[in-house]
Parts: sequence; C-alpha cells; structure tokens
Amino acid sequence: MSILRFTGDHEWVRLDGDVAVIGVTDYAQQQLGDVVYVELPEIGQALEKGKEAAVVESAKAASEVYAPVSGEVVAVNDVLLGEPAKVNADPMGEGWFVKIRVADETDLEGLMDEAAYEKFVGEQP
Amino acid sequence: MTGWSQAIAAPPEPAVEEPQTLSGNRGLVIEEPLLFEQGVPGRCGVDLPEPPAFRSRLGGLERRAPIGLPGLSEPQVVRHFTRLSQKNYAIDAGIYPLGSCTMKHNPRLNEKLARLPGFADIHPLQPLSTVAGALELINTLAHWLKTLTGMPAVALSPAAGAHGELCGIMTVHAALDARGERRRRILVPESAHGTNPATAAACGYAVEAIPANKRGRVNVAALKAKLGADVAALMLTNPNTCGLFEDEILDIAEAVHAAGAYFYCDGANFNALVGRVRPGDLGIDCMHINLHKTFSTPHGGGGPGSGPVALAASLAPFAPLPWVVHGPDDLQLVEHAEGAAAQALGRLKGFHGQMGMFVRALAYMMSHGADGLRQVAEDAVLNANYLRARLADALSLPFPGACMHEVLFDDRFLRDTGVTTLDFAKALIDEGFHPMTMYFPLVVHGALLIEPTETESKESLDRFADVVIGLARRARAGGAAAFRAAPRFTPRRRLDETGAARKPVLRWRPGAES
Amino acid sequence: MRYLPLTPPERAAMLATIGAGSIDDLFADVPTAARLDGLLDLPRAMGEIEVERRLAAMAAKNLPAGSGPFFLGAGAYRHHVPAAVDHLIQRGEFLTSYTPYQPEVSQGTLQYLFEFQTQVALLTGMEVANASMYDGATACAEAVMMAHRVTRRNKAVLSGGLHPHYRSVCETYARFAGAGLAAQEPAPRGGEDLATLIDAETSCVVVQNPDFYGEIRDYAALAEACHERGALLVVIVTEILSLGAIVPPGEMGADIVAAEGQSLGNALNFGGPHLGLFATRDRFVRQMPGRVAGQTVDADGRRGWVLTLSTREQHIRREKATSNICTNSGLCALAFTIHLALLGEEGLTRLARLNHAAAVAAAERLERLPGVRLLNDSFFNEFGLSLPSPAAPVVERLAERGILAGVPVSRFYPERAELAPLLLVAATELTTAEDIERLANGLREVLP
Repeated sequence: MSILRFTGDHEWVRLDGDVAVIGVTDYAQQQLGDVVYVELPEIGQALEKGKEAAVVESAKAASEVYAPVSGEVVAVNDVLLGEPAKVNADPMGEGWFVKIRVADETDLEGLMDEAAYEKFVGEQP
Repeated sequence: MTGWSQAIAAPPEPAVEEPQTLSGNRGLVIEEPLLFEQGVPGRCGVDLPEPPAFRSRLGGLERRAPIGLPGLSEPQVVRHFTRLSQKNYAIDAGIYPLGSCTMKHNPRLNEKLARLPGFADIHPLQPLSTVAGALELINTLAHWLKTLTGMPAVALSPAAGAHGELCGIMTVHAALDARGERRRRILVPESAHGTNPATAAACGYAVEAIPANKRGRVNVAALKAKLGADVAALMLTNPNTCGLFEDEILDIAEAVHAAGAYFYCDGANFNALVGRVRPGDLGIDCMHINLHKTFSTPHGGGGPGSGPVALAASLAPFAPLPWVVHGPDDLQLVEHAEGAAAQALGRLKGFHGQMGMFVRALAYMMSHGADGLRQVAEDAVLNANYLRARLADALSLPFPGACMHEVLFDDRFLRDTGVTTLDFAKALIDEGFHPMTMYFPLVVHGALLIEPTETESKESLDRFADVVIGLARRARAGGAAAFRAAPRFTPRRRLDETGAARKPVLRWRPGAES
Repeated sequence: MRYLPLTPPERAAMLATIGAGSIDDLFADVPTAARLDGLLDLPRAMGEIEVERRLAAMAAKNLPAGSGPFFLGAGAYRHHVPAAVDHLIQRGEFLTSYTPYQPEVSQGTLQYLFEFQTQVALLTGMEVANASMYDGATACAEAVMMAHRVTRRNKAVLSGGLHPHYRSVCETYARFAGAGLAAQEPAPRGGEDLATLIDAETSCVVVQNPDFYGEIRDYAALAEACHERGALLVVIVTEILSLGAIVPPGEMGADIVAAEGQSLGNALNFGGPHLGLFATRDRFVRQMPGRVAGQTVDADGRRGWVLTLSTREQHIRREKATSNICTNSGLCALAFTIHLALLGEEGLTRLARLNHAAAVAAAERLERLPGVRLLNDSFFNEFGLSLPSPAAPVVERLAERGILAGVPVSRFYPERAELAPLLLVAATELTTAEDIERLANGLREVLP
C-alpha cells in the first residue's frame, strides 16, 4: 500500500515499500509557469531530508526541490531532460523527478496527508 | 521547493486583425535579415592592399577551412545596423525609469573627449614617461571619488558594478586573512540585488538573509541577532532597493564593527546622495560606485561599465593592482605586489581599468562641479518624490513616507483586475515609455520600482504620470484583455521565452530557416 | 546647468505637490551627523569650453600610438577601425539603450548580439558563444571556473605561455574560491609537457595560442590527453585577428575558448574598455557564464530574439549563480560585429595576411641586427626578440626619440633577470616599411 505525503514546500513523496518517488505538486507547477529545464541528481547520490535534491527552472526562475526524506538515489526521470513540459502536464505522474531508497520511514512523520495539503494550499496568499 | 518568481506570463492574446504589408515592413520599421542571410561571396566593405610576397612563418598551422563569414559592402552594413538601431528604445528617445539603474542623460561632450587621440590611442604598456596625462586623469578621477565618498582610497580596476562588488568582498577576505581570522558568513538583506549573494558565494562565503521591517528598512534587531564572530561583512545598499534611506545606518555600522566585521555598501543608488552625504561618514568600509549609473557613462545596450571601489583605511592596503600613486616627482603605476603594495590583491582584470569610462566620468564631474553634483542628488530625489505624490492614489505604496531617488509600488492596485505587473508594463510600452523595473525587489508582491533621475523635465514626468494613472484606471475598469495583448505597436509582440529556454538556439547555422 | 532641466519655480511647484517645505525635508532620514551643509572641496561647474580645455591638456601629455613607429602588443593591438564603425555605435539607440530585458523594444540589440555570438563561434571553430564578457583576462578566469563546474574538480594547470595578467586574474579568483592552480613558469622557448601534469583532480589545462611570446602550436594532442583523463582543454587567444590566418582552437579539440576581441572595432583606450569573448561546446552550454541571446518567435509567429538561459545568472540564482556577472561589453561587442561585418571572409583573411606580412618583414629586418636573436619558430603578428642587453632601458631611450619599440617582458616579470633581455614586438596592417627601418636604426644606435 503506498503512502502519499506532501511538504510545506510543495513537494510530494509516494512511498512503496522502501522506495520513495518524489516530485513537485500541481500547485508548484502552476506557480512556476512553463518548466524549461530540470537538473537531476546522480544515481547513487545520497540525499538528505530538507536539503536540495533537484533544481527546476522556468524562463524566469530557478527553484530548489528539497528531498522530503533521506536516502540513496536509485532512479532519475531522464525523460524530463528532453521534455521538461511533463512537469507541468502531469506533475504527480509522468513528471516525477527522483526515486530514493529510503533509509528511515519515520522521515515521513510530520508531512501532510492529501487533505491537510489541500487545506494548506487553500490558505496560500 | 522555494524561489519561484512572480513573473509568470499568461499566454499572449492574438492581435486584432491589422492590414498586412507586402514587404512585412511597417513604415520606418524594417524587417532586417541576419548578416549571414545577406552575404555574397566577392563583396567586402573594406579595401585592403594585398601584401607583397613573403615567406609564411605560421608553423604549418595555416587555416584549413573557410570561416563562413558573410561578405557585405559598406552601404549594406550601414543600412543593416541603422535598421537594427531603429528597433531599440533608448534614453535619447524617452524616459527610462528603471529602478536602481539611474538611466540619466549621456552627455555627448564625454564621447568627444574620450575619443581624443591622447586618450583613445595610447597603449596600456607604453613607457610611463609617454602617458603622464593618463596617470594624471586617473589620479584626478580618484581624487573626485575620494572627496565625494569621504573615503581615503579607491580601487579603479573593476570593470563593472558586479566586478566592483567582487573586489570589495575580496579585500574584506584579504583583510581578515591578514588578521589571521577565518570568518565564514556574510549577511545580506532580503531586498538585495542578486549580485550581492552571488558575489559572496563566489568568494567562498555562506550567505544569510536579513528580513525587512514594516518600514521597508533592514530589521536591525534581526541583523544584530545574526552578527557574531563568524560574520565577515554586512552587504547593504543605501538608499536600499525600496528607495528608502536606512535611517538606522549609524547604529548598524557600530554593531557591525563591534562584531569585528566589515561594512560593505552597494553604491548603485549613490545618485540620491552625491554631494549631500558621504558614505565614509556613515561608517562604510567599502563601497563600489557604478560610473555608468551615477556618473553618466553610457549603458551601451548592456555595457561596458566601470565599478571603482572606495575603501576605508583598514582595507586600502588590500586594493587590487595596479595602483596609481604619488612618487617623489610624479605619478607612478605600481603593477607588482611589493613595497607599500605588498598586501595588494593580485589583478582582477587585464591592464589598468576602464580608461574610456574614466574620461567620460571625469568630464561629467567637471561639468557639474561640487555645486552641480549636489543639485543632481536633490533633483533626483525631488523627481522621484514628485512621481510618488502624483501616483500615490492610482497605484499602491507598500511603505509610508518620503522616498529617495526611486519610489517603490506593489501590485495591490491591480488586485482582482486580471492584470499583472507584467501586463501593465507591456501596456506602458505601447504608450511609448520604457517600463519601470518589475518584480524587484522581492520583498513586495509584483513590485514596480521607478527611478526617473534628475535629467527628466517636469513635463516629462507629468506625461509619464498621466499615462500611468490612465492605465491604472483602465485596468480597474475591466480592460484586462487589452493589457494581455500588449504590446501591439512594437517591432515584435511578446516573445516566447519558454521556447527560447527549452530549445536554445544561440547562433545562426548554415541551412537554418529564416 | 545644461544637463538639469528643472527650474526654481518648477522645483517650488513640485515641493508643493509633494507637501514638503524644502528639499531638506526629503533628506530627513539622513542622520544629522552625516549631513553635508555646504559644498565639498571640489571645483564648481564648468561649461564645455573649460572642461575641454582641461582634459585636452591632460591628453596632450600622452604620446599617441599613431604619432610615430609603434610596435607594442602583449594583449592589446593597434589596428585600423573603418570610419563607419564609430559612427554607427554612436547612434543614440545603441549608445544610450539599456540591457535588452524588454525584448519587444530591444530587437536591435538582441539581433546584433545573436550575430556577434555567431561570429565568435565561427571564428573560434566552437559551437556556441556568449554575448561577451569584460575582457580576455576575466573571460579566462571564468573559463577555469566553468571547467571546475563541468568536471566537478578543483584544480587548473596554466601554461607558462599564458599572458601574465591572465594568470594573475586566475590566481586572484582561485584564491578566494578556494580552488587550486598549478601555474607553470614563464616559457619563452616553450618546451612544456603539460600532459604529464594532468591528474585526477585536474579540471582543465589552459594554454594560449599564439602564446604570450607569439609562438603558434598545434594543441590537438594535448586536447586528447586532457579528454582521456576527464579534463577540459581551455585555449586563450589574445589577438583575435590571428584566427583569420591560423587553425582555430575548435578544430584542435578545445572545450572552452576565452579570448580578447579588442583588435576588431575597438581602440587601445589605455587598456579599457576591452572585449572578452567566450565560446564552448553545446553540451556545456548550461554551465556557460554571462549573458546570451537566443532565437524565438513572438505572438504573431515572427522570428525574434530574447536574452535566455537567464536562470544561470546572478539576478535569479543569487548565491547559486554560475558567476556574479551582470554586464557584458555591449557597445564594444557591437563595434566588433560591425567591423567584422565590413571585413567579411575575404577582408578578414586579407587583413590577417597583411599583419603576418608586416611581422615577417619586421622580424627579418631586426634579426639581422648584431646581437639580436629571434626567439620564435613561428608567429602571427607578434614575436619575441632577445637583445644583447636589458630591453626596458632600450625601450625608454627609443621612446625619447618618438619610437615605441615594443613591450619588455621585464615589465611583467621584474624579478627575473633571465627574462630581462626579452622584447615583444608586434606589427600590424598599420606598420610601414619606414617604421620598421626607423626601429632598426634606432636599435642599432642604442644597443651596445
């Protein structure tokens, strides 16, 4: 059974067993505008919860994507390098960024579930 | 994630049907192909003799393949660049109210004097006995800058403002190295221009942001809380990027110095202070000056600039080479780190500095004099406050009270209109004005930062204000579609920046479609 | 005052609109202790006549390069700039415009930047170029930092044939970025084996071609050695005109080219403003510093240009930027573009031949002087001579006779006695047979 959680910085993380898929939310891609480029980490790289995992660029802004959980990178979505628009078109599906082998499941504690995140987005200015 | 900007463009609206011309030209605006699309073999715009036979000494490394450059005659080249020029807005054509850019008139006397052969046709490495006048000019400029800033030394080699910032932070680092101290952090206000943190990072420092207070100034309590033995410097802009004077600056300087740190000032906004306030009197240890802002050297479509750095006595020994100093009989050029210059930073640039900009800036300073320069600051501040007063009702002011040489508005006046700051700026372009700075500083939403400068007449300000007020009214009256279609009367309408960044095409290639 | 439009009645009316009693009210935030009540101790305002008189007097104390035989190079070269160039760059729409951030009203600037970028890529034999940098020396330092980013390594090897100012700027930048630098000893006779210096921490090897002493070399083998070990080859060009005659760095396998473009379109100007050129391969483009113009279409589908890849730059990435650079050398780049447009393929190659021919004539004449030895096997328009006595005093004495004989290498390396006899001599399309003869005669009289 997969667990879906959200951060206050508008990343999502979906945990299946010990592998977590991360990306940015629909709200994030709307705020960013058209994504033009994505900078992904290397396979094997160690990511730390709360630290930079990737960078997503629009024409006018470059934003850090932070790792919601700690772990080792096991896969990156290379397709985004040639088709960055997928982040806008399908942010929760084909627009995924990185897959991580999670060291500690308790990293997910404190993150919002879907209902809490939707409420959070509603409160944004 | 964080850091996204507010400048998101909605997809452009198609224009109202307009009659098309056969040529694609529109009156004086000509569709001009690239040079590479109009070259013809055998054409050349320069007549050169063929040299007499000689024995080649190129070591067998003669070019093997053609370069691929197009051939054009002089008339074609003149026409090509004339047509291009006609598609540019410029200070010569109208008000250019970009905040913190100080787009003032560029006097033509400066261009004439910079082209005197005695300045333009001298090589930087000629024997010093043959360039005494160049050293005199540099020394005179340095004297003016030291007097205007109230600081005892000035480093003249940096080629631009950002280069001057780099120079300033490097001298801070060098001074701390000499003290045997390793400090790792630099403090920068949230409202700072992006070059400030980029400079700090380039010098190996970690950057910490200080928030603004409700009055738009640096939050001094937050600043003091972050000061400590690990802070190398505070980088402040004064007046700040909200156009406001940091009135607690003496307190700030004392706190920074008490912590053993240095006080760097970004001098981009010196136009508000010149002749009325000396940064040295505010406790500043180093400040870069943009000759292309305060001192009128032309922006040239993006450069060249010049960014000399005024230095306090504590930092002067670390100024980069070369130095122009007084010798026993005459001026000397010190090019090596020895003697009094033993602790100098190495070079930041080839040769000596932006001499062409020095001549222009000194001509400007002499033209104005002490009295004229003081009047510059007063008229700059007066013009900005006049616009503030005229626009206060139609637009929305985030911070109360008078401003200095620039005035900051936010986009609350556009709330619920469907018109963004970006759309508003594009509509202003159709009205014949270059827009103000948009979306900077980041401390307010949808910022509009207006700096008219002292060379705008009252009539010019009134015309500008009338149009801005009219556009604000139109936006609130429900004209969003028209704003999103703007600009319609320019040589090009809104351009696809997303496409340009996704699939970069950064040069012409043979076989490319026009 | 001629540049200030406001009159006293207007100022009064504006203060009334603002609701301020006097201009001092608007400076109320300035701490009292820091307020200047009177004028600073500087001259008062002057009209054009007086400013011109004063600055012309300073200019008259300088000996212009065009006033007699002139043979200086060492990174700045005296060339003829066609009259049309200076007229065109002084058009107000070019001279007084800003960075093209509003592309709809800056297509003039953006189109010429795109043309300039193309010219630089073609000349250097590389794939992509930026919209220029401050000068060749800072472009060189930026190339080294880019190589660190691309390879994720931290140490650069600099050839002893690199211009000493360029080496010095690299050293300054490296010191504060905490990066490593292995700068080789000055190498007037070459003989370096740079490939042996590449290890697992080397991000790049930096060479200059023609080098500081004028020698031309083929760096294809060095490029291969670099690539085998995961490092980049950076090639520096200080006399861009040389690329009208010799194999460009791109064909030798260079990964980054940083160059000085002053020779085309721009006067000597005592060393500034000059023009940094920067070119690289497509696959490295997102690590390339500086501004770049890119092609796109507008809302009506018509071709146009915008500044692009801006998210690498300081105003967006802030502390994560590729560099802190804000400005390019705009108007200097325009002058370069116009000059090269006038020259075209035929004009540039002929101009390069003229330069080389002048240098060959000078070298052949001067190496016949007793005690004078030519250092180079090859050269373009600049070569090194070894004199029978220190070169600097010789140059001083010839300057007294109105002959600007070249650059003594000791100007850059005063502490190195073995380099004291070396003189760098440059000749261009402006050098006449009479100039060469006067230099030869002058040297013969002055040398022991």
